[in-house]
Amino acid sequence: MASVTYDHVWKKFGDFVALNDVNLDIEDREFLVLVGPSGCGKTTALRCLAGLEDITDGEVRIGDQVVNDVAPKDRDIAMVFQSYALYPHMTVYDNMAFGLKLRKLPKEEIQKRVEDAAEILGIGQLLQRKPRELSGGQRQRVALGRAIVREPKVFLFDEPLSNLDAKLRVQTRAQISKLHQRLNTTFIYVTHDQTEAMTMATRIAVINKGILQQVDTPQQLYDYPDNMFVAGFIGSPSMNFFNGKFTKEGDEMIVDLGSFKVKVPENRKELYERLVGQEIIFGIRPEDIHNPEYAPPSIIAEEVEVDVDVTELMGNEIFLYLVSGDHNFVARVDPRTRVEMGDKITVTFNMDNMHIFDPVADPDNPVAIR
Amino acid sequence: MATSAKSQKRSQQFWTNFILIIISIIWLVPILGILITSFRPSQEVFTSGWWTILPHKENIEVDRISIADSVDVDGPITIEGITATFDEWRTGIELDDGRFIQWYGNKRNRELVVYDEQWVGFNTDLTLKNYSDVIGGKTITYKDGQGNTITRYGNNLGGAFLNSLAVSIPGTIIPILIAAFAAFGFAWLNFPGRNILFTIIVALLVVPLQIALVPILQDYVRMGLNGTFLGIWLAHAGFGLPLATYLLFNYISTIPREILESAYIDGASNFTIFTRLILPLSVPALASFAIFQFLWLWNDYLVALVFLGEKNKTVTIAVAELVGEKGQDWQLMTSAAFVSMILPLVVFLSLQRYFVRGLMAGSVKG
Repeated sequence: MASVTYDHVWKKFGDFVALNDVNLDIEDREFLVLVGPSGCGKTTALRCLAGLEDITDGEVRIGDQVVNDVAPKDRDIAMVFQSYALYPHMTVYDNMAFGLKLRKLPKEEIQKRVEDAAEILGIGQLLQRKPRELSGGQRQRVALGRAIVREPKVFLFDEPLSNLDAKLRVQTRAQISKLHQRLNTTFIYVTHDQTEAMTMATRIAVINKGILQQVDTPQQLYDYPDNMFVAGFIGSPSMNFFNGKFTKEGDEMIVDLGSFKVKVPENRKELYERLVGQEIIFGIRPEDIHNPEYAPPSIIAEEVEVDVDVTELMGNEIFLYLVSGDHNFVARVDPRTRVEMGDKITVTFNMDNMHIFDPVADPDNPVAIR
Repeated sequence: MATSAKSQKRSQQFWTNFILIIISIIWLVPILGILITSFRPSQEVFTSGWWTILPHKENIEVDRISIADSVDVDGPITIEGITATFDEWRTGIELDDGRFIQWYGNKRNRELVVYDEQWVGFNTDLTLKNYSDVIGGKTITYKDGQGNTITRYGNNLGGAFLNSLAVSIPGTIIPILIAAFAAFGFAWLNFPGRNILFTIIVALLVVPLQIALVPILQDYVRMGLNGTFLGIWLAHAGFGLPLATYLLFNYISTIPREILESAYIDGASNFTIFTRLILPLSVPALASFAIFQFLWLWNDYLVALVFLGEKNKTVTIAVAELVGEKGQDWQLMTSAAFVSMILPLVVFLSLQRYFVRGLMAGSVKG
């Protein structure tokens, strides 16, 4: 059991910067998910912690110990790989016992730990099989078991579910969450799948291009993204962004988006006062665009005229691909909505949940104003 | 369409099989001939071909006819109602009933032999004596075609066989062990100069061993290694290493990185990873190279001749000498050929599974 700290960590591969001054405190017993698009550095961050890569600069600490120069085997961590990385010529039992044998544990202890882990994971009947005789899900559980028996301070997971089919992924996701509660240890989990991140994490760290974007609980991350990248990355379908600017019409503050205008709610006016007249980016999530007939009653609604481009019926909801002027955006509306392609309809924006980003300060990744 | 595709496939199959059968026959018939000859008694080997042990039609002597003294052998001679000259009888005359009559020997013999063409079954008159003759080193005796007994010195193939084993087995194991370590290092360990060293080793593949023979021999003479088994093991290890390292490198570098990383995290040292993971996982590649190297060492003549010479003859050298000394004694040469062939055959047939898989392993993954 231990906390993990990244202290100004840099990792460079030649000229390529994989980790750019990452500072991250992971508390003891936390389930932290590192999420980001592929090639963003999240796996590198994990491998630096495991000791499979040396860091270029900074410090990585497990507990109070600086582990920069500690060999992987002495860091007291266990890692589950995307490809399972089982030893193909050993039985399941030997796969799980391998690390313990190398650590010269007594035979009875090894047997007890392996059998306990096998029972937790429901692979007790597979112990004498070879990995090639197992299905993908079973292999994944053996890989988990191999980590569990070690009883490490920190568990590392490198996209462990991405080789499983959709149904198995949901099951294993729940299993890993349960495992975290049961083992009560620090889990660090890398994925590119934001659903996994949202469902399992106690906190999520979003990384892009080697830079840590935001670390927060899943709900906070969803409700209050720090910048446009996080706003766009978390949530599916992702947030709609509109280029526009703030104007004043008498007493009202208006977001002028060209083909339509929306009023800024009373309680936010002060916040945006300084941006009047400036270019901004307006963001709203598809689930905050409603069909007026079925909109929840207590929202601050703004009506907008749009053309329907495409409709996608999902059963429990409908995705509407909408066009207004040169804006294309998506709405996630009540399934009772009856619209056809090419219809002109009115939708309401839930202005409570609007987001404003400032593209002037940082055009590459506009910061959220809140 | 379906039927034509099917019939096209069938005809393709037919031609494939047909060509394979032809190739097999071309290969197998001479080998069968050598095998049979090696088991036939020497006298028969000298007088008839190996195929005569198969059922076949042959002219069998059924009778002899003596010519009375009163008949003038210089004139026409009448036998069985046929009149012909002596020369015609000597060539032989076939009768209407299939019998064949031929004058035996010269004119004064006054005797003719009557042959009848008959089926002859399997000749089961086979012997292991040829093998004991070539394997043994002492004086051996055998009969020539006329039944005369010949006495010669044996070629001691048994001793040569043991020498060949003493060259081939260590000469296979030593380079494989070294090369496996080296290949693991080149594939998975980071050290300065790795790429340059590996390039040099691969470049050594192009050096023909023939140009290295004389310099090495000179060094061996200086060090007192010529004629010793240690010398030839070192030579074969050296000549085998570039290819072995390269082949094993290709295989070992295809082992997924995660497996090794997982082992590192599990607490394995590089040496443990090598012995517990790399070696067991590389068995197909190791076996295929072992077959290569073993067959090459077993069949090697040049290197053995240069470094071992007369002191410890290998099978190849012993067979070559046999060909020189007893080139006309086919029963000995064929059995010697089989003595030299038997081990490679066993090795190849028992390990061919690895052989094919190992050859594939370097190029195509899976």
